[in-house]
Amino acid sequence: MTSTTPDSRHDSADLGDGDELLLPELVAHLRENRTQLRREWADRITGAHLLTAMTPQETFSEATSVYDNYVGVLETGSVEALQDYARDLSERIIPRGVETHEVIGIVLLLRDVLARSLFQKYHQDFTLLNRVLDAYEPAANRIANTVAVSFVQERERIIRQQQDSIRELSTPVLQVRERLLILPIIGVLDDQRAHQLTEQLLSGIRRHRAKVVVIDITGVPDLDADVANHLVQTVDASRLMGAGVIITGLSPKIAQTLVTIGVDLTKMNTVGDLQGGIEQAERQLGFRVGRTSSDDG
Amino acid sequence: MADPDPPPAEPLRVSILSQGSYLIASIHTALDDSQLLRFQHDLIHRIGTQRARGVIIDVAALDVLDSFASRTLRDIARMSRLRGAATVIVGIAPELAISMVRLGLHLDLPTALDLEEGLAHLSATTATPTPP
Repeated sequence: MTSTTPDSRHDSADLGDGDELLLPELVAHLRENRTQLRREWADRITGAHLLTAMTPQETFSEATSVYDNYVGVLETGSVEALQDYARDLSERIIPRGVETHEVIGIVLLLRDVLARSLFQKYHQDFTLLNRVLDAYEPAANRIANTVAVSFVQERERIIRQQQDSIRELSTPVLQVRERLLILPIIGVLDDQRAHQLTEQLLSGIRRHRAKVVVIDITGVPDLDADVANHLVQTVDASRLMGAGVIITGLSPKIAQTLVTIGVDLTKMNTVGDLQGGIEQAERQLGFRVGRTSSDDG
Repeated sequence: MADPDPPPAEPLRVSILSQGSYLIASIHTALDDSQLLRFQHDLIHRIGTQRARGVIIDVAALDVLDSFASRTLRDIARMSRLRGAATVIVGIAPELAISMVRLGLHLDLPTALDLEEGLAHLSATTATPTPP
């Protein structure tokens, strides 16, 4: 490896007389041998079992545009176009299940294929080869860096987006009767979600003027001590706002956990399942529900 | 109740209205400790003079309630009980409810969503002893 910094534009200017002509010469060489090098690269990709989620045709067409972008960056020294392309590429291939290591792997393979070809061309003149690699390596590393960063950024953007949508979906507060709310909780209740749940519940109590709330945790696989205590606090806070809380659907595992860790449940009103909870809430609110037509009526 | 006649320094930032046999006290802004004690003093006196059977304390304007304030509210409720009136706290905002449970302040008092609910609660708990 060279000891130069990754900024190719400055390095090539520092290399001395005639060296600024090296990159254009190199680019011309890569353009000339485009078909052969691209084929070699695509073979190496297949050989390394990368991009298995894509068809050979797709791999080949992406390889073509990556190759052209790559050479373009070597020529201009500007990574912006490549950044846009890499982001666009990531957007297309991430949903297909392409992994980070594959993307980085193919870019590194291309770097190696091109370096090999340069070596072949210049191996007669060792000094010249050295200068060519001095010009080539920083630019190639910068490209690999750019592609990897763009891919990871795109992936992080998708994760953030998904987190936001999960958060919005996760805690609906629903009115089932006048002054009766239900809160079905599905999935793992972490700290952040528990806080969000409390906020939404309390504002729901105010908005719907609720007197009874049924929190159903049938879909919650487990509770830790922090979240259990938070749940107790939520019940207390609802009480302060004038609404009683019924908790339903405690699994055997959660019941065991709560008793083992010693959460104070004396103030918790729990009922076996959601149906039982709603029935009790209806009794508290003075509703009487029955069939309109029954055989023994 | 050691001080029977506190100096009327500034107008109390609590209005105490009577509605039938109930007293409705609205706290408009955060009160300091001496104002709280003055409020307690005034309210307990009014229960006697108005022959109130219920007290509603509306804290909707408050966004914090410290331990002294919550203890004072609890004391007011106990004193009111001794003077024959039931107490209900109304209008606790979501943020206030969360901060109170986080601080571990237990009111141990009946609470209701708002004034209307408070009135409903009182008429349910202080049913007229001599119905016609």
